[in-house]
Amino acid sequence: MLTLSNIDAFYGNVQVLRGMAMEVQRGEILCLLGRNGAGKTTTLKTIMGLVQARTGSITLDGDDIATLPAHEIPKRGIGYVPQGRRLFAEMTVAENLEIGLMTRGKGRKVRERMLDLFPVLRDRLKQVSGTLSGGEQQMLAMARALCLEPSVLLLDEPTEGLQPSMIALIRDVVTELRGGDTAIILVEQRVDAVLSIADRVLFIENGTPREAVDADELRKEPALVQRYVGIA
Amino acid sequence: MDLLSYLPFTLPHPALLLAGVLEGTVLAAVLALTALGLSIVFGIMRVVNVAHGEFYMLGAVLAWFITHTITGAVGGPPWLGFAVALIVAPLIVAAIAATTDWLILKRLNYDPEATIVATIGILYILQQLALTFYGPDARPVEAPFDFRVQTPYFGYSGYKLCVVGAAILLMLVVWLVLTRTKIGFVMRATQYDSETAQAFGIPVDKVYAGVFALGAGLAAIGAVLIVPIQQAHYLMGGDPLLLSFIVVILGGLGSLKGTLVAAIFIGLSDGIISTLYEPTLAKILATLLVAMVLVFRPQGLFGARAA
Ligand SMILES: Nc1ncnc2c1ncn2[C@@H]1O[C@H](COP(=O)(O)OP(=O)(O)OP(=O)(O)O)[C@@H](O)[C@H]1O
Ligand SMILES: [Mg+2]
Repeated sequence: MLTLSNIDAFYGNVQVLRGMAMEVQRGEILCLLGRNGAGKTTTLKTIMGLVQARTGSITLDGDDIATLPAHEIPKRGIGYVPQGRRLFAEMTVAENLEIGLMTRGKGRKVRERMLDLFPVLRDRLKQVSGTLSGGEQQMLAMARALCLEPSVLLLDEPTEGLQPSMIALIRDVVTELRGGDTAIILVEQRVDAVLSIADRVLFIENGTPREAVDADELRKEPALVQRYVGIA
Repeated sequence: MDLLSYLPFTLPHPALLLAGVLEGTVLAAVLALTALGLSIVFGIMRVVNVAHGEFYMLGAVLAWFITHTITGAVGGPPWLGFAVALIVAPLIVAAIAATTDWLILKRLNYDPEATIVATIGILYILQQLALTFYGPDARPVEAPFDFRVQTPYFGYSGYKLCVVGAAILLMLVVWLVLTRTKIGFVMRATQYDSETAQAFGIPVDKVYAGVFALGAGLAAIGAVLIVPIQQAHYLMGGDPLLLSFIVVILGGLGSLKGTLVAAIFIGLSDGIISTLYEPTLAKILATLLVAMVLVFRPQGLFGARAA
């Protein structure tokens, strides 16, 4: 479905990704694990075209998308939940959803589905999104991305700073999306969260993919995680 | 007994005062349009467009070319030449601005400092082009119509009053577009977070080109409206640039409401002081006011406090 191979990416002259590669299929959750600064966010931004890959290829269902202008990539069905949520803070909840709906021309039906999925948002449509609680903001960031009805969903630390019940809700939503044949790339810091949900885990070190491991293996032997990243 | 005779200065004659207010209103209207262009470009793109006054100048010079061609060469009536100029000159200026954005600003990644230097360069290029092709003379453009509106003291130019009306109408349109249309919505999203806007399918490059064109077009419209009152000259961009900057700083960078209020204030006081005393005094006071605002309220009178 989505394949990255041999991606190099830079900020100015500083190289951040070195030969980044991965593949994710429909109905699969691929987790990226790595230390702070390993290049997880940069990898997702490169997929979105927000950081330009200098070499390598990114293909979606066989089409090369690395050469598309950034604004065309979401139209191909890639939804993005950025690290730190990146809502349009001065806009209302309804307007943030509207931006997601506009991306691929979705209408009221999709909007209703989002509001059913995240009922907290329904009561707050007119509220300026910057004044939402952290958990509500994350719901909105998820809903905004799901408004694309994406076939690939990129999630960058969606549980950062959330209470357990919110984390559980997000896990449920993500699991359900997997059942609906969405391909999911999830960046997570918390190993327990990763192990409870991932199908495969890719360890990233210094902008380079180290090892893709079946999540079942890690669940059997959590000590492996220690060996790969030394975070736990 | 006449209390007024105790004042330490003499009050101006009401006719003079009225003339000052009327002149000030015309100036305020055109200034508001021009400053609005500068303010929108800064607000959405974070670009300080030093060449803004030259887009104004281009509007006036093109208006001269267009009216001159239509009335002079073809022999059409003055109102026709002016009507064509009012539509075509701003469109040409907008197209030049969009091209400039694409050729220069985009390639600088809209870096705030690099674009200041670049727009200074654009200022001189446009000025020299105007000098080359238009020449050093100031040339008049005939007003599309003229009639007198009788005040208690004197007859006043009906055309000037129409300029005020047209400016108000245009600003209303711009405001409606920015707040009520999908285009305005997309512009605001780009302003708040251009990267995330791209990740949701907004073609930020096109939005920037459009915003830069809109800003320049507004200056050009202001210039076409003013050119039957002042003459078209290749150096005429300096004053509107200075006044627009004063207005935008007073009003608060990026605040549209502040821009309007400040334009009205600066325009009126400039008109009144220029008429009663002299133009230089008006500029000195405005500059002093800006200095005070920068010291005591750097975010401007209406701007949000810097984060
Ligand atoms: N805009 C930028 N300009 C320059 N360098 C950057 C920029 N963004 C990130 N970097 C650098 O690139 C490297 C990778 O950053 P990235 O955000 O991809 O890491 P990450 O794995 O997502 O980290 P974290 O777990 O802290 O979110 C870091 O060294 C970071 O300092
Ligand atoms: Mg990150």
